[in-house]
Amino acid sequence: MENLLSIVTFIPALAAAILALFLRGDDEGAHRNAKWVAMIATLATLVVSLFILAGFDPANTEMQFVEDRQWLMGLHYKLGVDGISVLFVMLTTFLMPLVIWSAWEVKTRVKEYMIAFLLLETLMLGVFMALDLVLFYVFFEAGLIPMFLIIGIWGGKNRIYAAFKFFLYTFLGSVLMLVAMIAMYADAGTTDIPTLLTHQFSTDSFSVLGIHVVGGLQTMLFLAFFASLAVKMPMWPVHTWLPDAHVQAPTAGSVVLAAILLKMGGYGFLRFSLPMFPVGSAVMGDLVLWMSAIAIVYTSLVALVQEDMKKLIAYSSVAHMGYVTMGIFAVNQQGIDGAIFQMLSHGFISGALFLCVGVIYDRMHTRDIDAYGGLVNRMPAYALIFMFFTMANVGLPGTSGFVGEFLTLMGIFQVNTWVAAVAASGVIFSAAYALWLYRRVVMGELIKESLKAITDMTRREKLIFAPLVVMTILLGVYPSLVTDIIGPSVHALVEHVNEAVAASDLTVAVAAEAAPAGH
Amino acid sequence: MISQDLQIVLPEIFLAIFAMVTLVGAVYTGKDKTASLLTWVTAAVFVILGLLIAVNGEGTRVAFDGMYVDDAFSRFAKVVILFSAAAVLAMSQEYMSRRGLLRFEYPVLVSLSVVGMMVMVSAGDLMALYMGLELQSLALYVIASLRRDSVKSTEAGLKYFVLGALSSGLLLYGASLTYGFAGTTLFSGIIEATGHDISIGLLFGLVFMFAGFAFKVSAAPFHMWTPDVYEGSPTPVTAFFATAPKVAAMGLFARVAFDAFGGTVGDWQQIISLIALLSMYVGAIAAIGQRNIKRLMAYSSIAHMGFALMGLAAGTVAGVEAMLIYMAIYVTMNIGTFAFILSMEKDGQPMMDISSLNMLSRKEPAKAWALLFLMFSLAGVPPFIGFFGKFGVFRAAVDSGLFWLVVLGGIASVIGAFYYLRIVFFMFFGKENDGLDVKMNPVLWVALMGSAAVVLVGAANLFGIVPAAAAAAQALVN
Repeated sequence: MENLLSIVTFIPALAAAILALFLRGDDEGAHRNAKWVAMIATLATLVVSLFILAGFDPANTEMQFVEDRQWLMGLHYKLGVDGISVLFVMLTTFLMPLVIWSAWEVKTRVKEYMIAFLLLETLMLGVFMALDLVLFYVFFEAGLIPMFLIIGIWGGKNRIYAAFKFFLYTFLGSVLMLVAMIAMYADAGTTDIPTLLTHQFSTDSFSVLGIHVVGGLQTMLFLAFFASLAVKMPMWPVHTWLPDAHVQAPTAGSVVLAAILLKMGGYGFLRFSLPMFPVGSAVMGDLVLWMSAIAIVYTSLVALVQEDMKKLIAYSSVAHMGYVTMGIFAVNQQGIDGAIFQMLSHGFISGALFLCVGVIYDRMHTRDIDAYGGLVNRMPAYALIFMFFTMANVGLPGTSGFVGEFLTLMGIFQVNTWVAAVAASGVIFSAAYALWLYRRVVMGELIKESLKAITDMTRREKLIFAPLVVMTILLGVYPSLVTDIIGPSVHALVEHVNEAVAASDLTVAVAAEAAPAGH
Repeated sequence: MISQDLQIVLPEIFLAIFAMVTLVGAVYTGKDKTASLLTWVTAAVFVILGLLIAVNGEGTRVAFDGMYVDDAFSRFAKVVILFSAAAVLAMSQEYMSRRGLLRFEYPVLVSLSVVGMMVMVSAGDLMALYMGLELQSLALYVIASLRRDSVKSTEAGLKYFVLGALSSGLLLYGASLTYGFAGTTLFSGIIEATGHDISIGLLFGLVFMFAGFAFKVSAAPFHMWTPDVYEGSPTPVTAFFATAPKVAAMGLFARVAFDAFGGTVGDWQQIISLIALLSMYVGAIAAIGQRNIKRLMAYSSIAHMGFALMGLAAGTVAGVEAMLIYMAIYVTMNIGTFAFILSMEKDGQPMMDISSLNMLSRKEPAKAWALLFLMFSLAGVPPFIGFFGKFGVFRAAVDSGLFWLVVLGGIASVIGAFYYLRIVFFMFFGKENDGLDVKMNPVLWVALMGSAAVVLVGAANLFGIVPAAAAAAQALVN
């Protein structure tokens, strides 16, 4: 099928349009219809997307399932997947039915809620498939709108502040990326991503406002993309929108945000920054590595003192994303394999953790850690599942979390031992905050009056977790499922970057830079 | 010879005669009783004329020894002007007649100002330029104070007139300097006289003329009249101010910049870049404090003019193309937004405070979603067409090496996004209150929904205006 990717991308949007145009009323029946339409659409997307996985040839590192159409202003509507993006597509289609299911008990403005998530799915899939810079940007930015509404309409008490902060923060970063994209178009004469992947952007040093820029255009482009992707990721110190957004977002919104939206940042680094600006990446690489290491330690420490469960998990997400950026900018097979693996695994684990918080939030309407304690007495099934995902978050061997952390640390150790040492300490911190959270919420005596009548998980809630548990264990014990698919593409990427850096006179330029300073 | 010339200016002559005949006709028949009919007929005439110009015109033709130019550029601008004027007339009929504002002079004055605008974008000579500009402006001054018993409306008209006269003075001064140093009022003569190295006298002429144009497009630092005039004028008139005259003035701006001073792009590029930059920031920052939606839209239009001028500042074919596309998109978005503003009423009274939009999405989801589309489009967020407008001008500016302007413009668009988002915030997350009246005139409803649909669906191919704009830009810059 020629249009497979378009079909996958636009099934949810079609369902959203059907809901918007044809579903009337605001009663119980209309709510049920809206939920079922959304559920069927996301399941259909999942099923159709399986054809992508089935037809995907891992050994081929070129773009596959490519569709190319003329668009406007000389741009192209071009979609395709390679080993780096295909699993993100699968992650999205896999998680969205669970997200819809987790929102099953929403009572307010159900139709709009479902429309927002369906549109969001279309836009997220588009981001991972787009092979035209501007098309990518359109999907990337448009995703802000449904998320803005999800946080703003269905969020918590302070939702308006969070929604505005989320939108403006990410919008500002993205605008700089847009400028960089236009500059790339001016330089290369095309917005076609596969062509740009082979285009050599200039590395001649120049001065901007009197500052000497090593790596020239590539460094500037790298920084502009970095402004957007680092915010999206989010990396320390531009991560502060994430805890606010997470805390205020409804459960399903948090799940999408943590599990999929954050991955756009990492995907962007792999798709643009590294292959297109290899020299820029090399110039800025050390900075990024240290920012990642600081992020891991700092946000883990911040997580330790949180009193709000969602905020704690949000900071833990920032820390885990630190491993991802560290792995990516280690620029070797283990590092990048590990980064992609970590992103996928974090998609399952953090999604599940936010769902865990959602389960008790739905019952008690509070996320304060102090309001809980001793839940194991009345919610044994919940205690078990929460335990499992806490361990996965910590990176217990046998879960997918371990593989990702281990691979990224292995990758970085070959490049920068100090960063690896600092980052490895984050493993201990993450065990500290995660286990302490677990102890305070689940263990101990059940002494709080308000918790005496709390009920264990319903069958629906248990079933939502089942696929996530399966995936976490499966990837934990058999990581080749992922690495076999991404391996060849990652290998090609690493080769390409190393060749480009070796071919450039960067080492010479840096040496020349350092020489006068040394004397 | 003369018959050929007349044939070229036939649309303008026809429209001028139409305006005069309707004026006399209405005076001798039912006076204001004919106003509704007249409004509709005028709108229909605009549409037909626009279609004829779009379909028939081809090539570049010059009339009256170069005083008047009919080329793809002027046709593009004229079609946008005519269609947007028709849309605004259609939208205003019900609103104005319900308030007793619909006098028969209104459609007549609009027709006359449209004639002026058509002359402006076709001008090939400083005299034609000034005639068109003043015909347009005088008609606009009058309709700004159409509500004679309102202090604000009269104030708007007077302010607009006084400041407009000042800008016309600046313009005339610049024009006379230009004439003095170039020895001719013809653009083709001026461009020869300037050559590639502009003399100081011509430079002064250029600066004064550009100041006058910047006033007409309400670009900072000549924007002060805009918020007051927007707020004071009757809302349909505000809608008109926000659309057709802006296109005409921008067309004139481009016409003079390229036809008369096209040899010295580098000299005016800095001026326009600065004006663009100031407009973007004034529009973005000053709008943050506004509670009145008409004032807010005034600042929004200032910011948008800044972005459109960025295309002009590029000084290339791609820049003019991007500017024309931007203006067409801007007009589309404004028509939809003003259709909504016209329907903002509480107990039959206009309600312009943005907090009255509280929780509109609960009561009227369709309208709220349509306005949401328009607001995100105005903010330049994809996938709406407002983004493609910004993308076009950014790309043109980068191609001309104006990196700093693009980066700063991008940041301005983020600041500007805040107040558009705030309208969305009121509609979707605001507090419950009794809010606005539910009913909406069908014409306004169609305009709102149509424009919302256009900003979304336009992302597919911009309805094919790109090649038309490219041809227009090619015709202007050569």
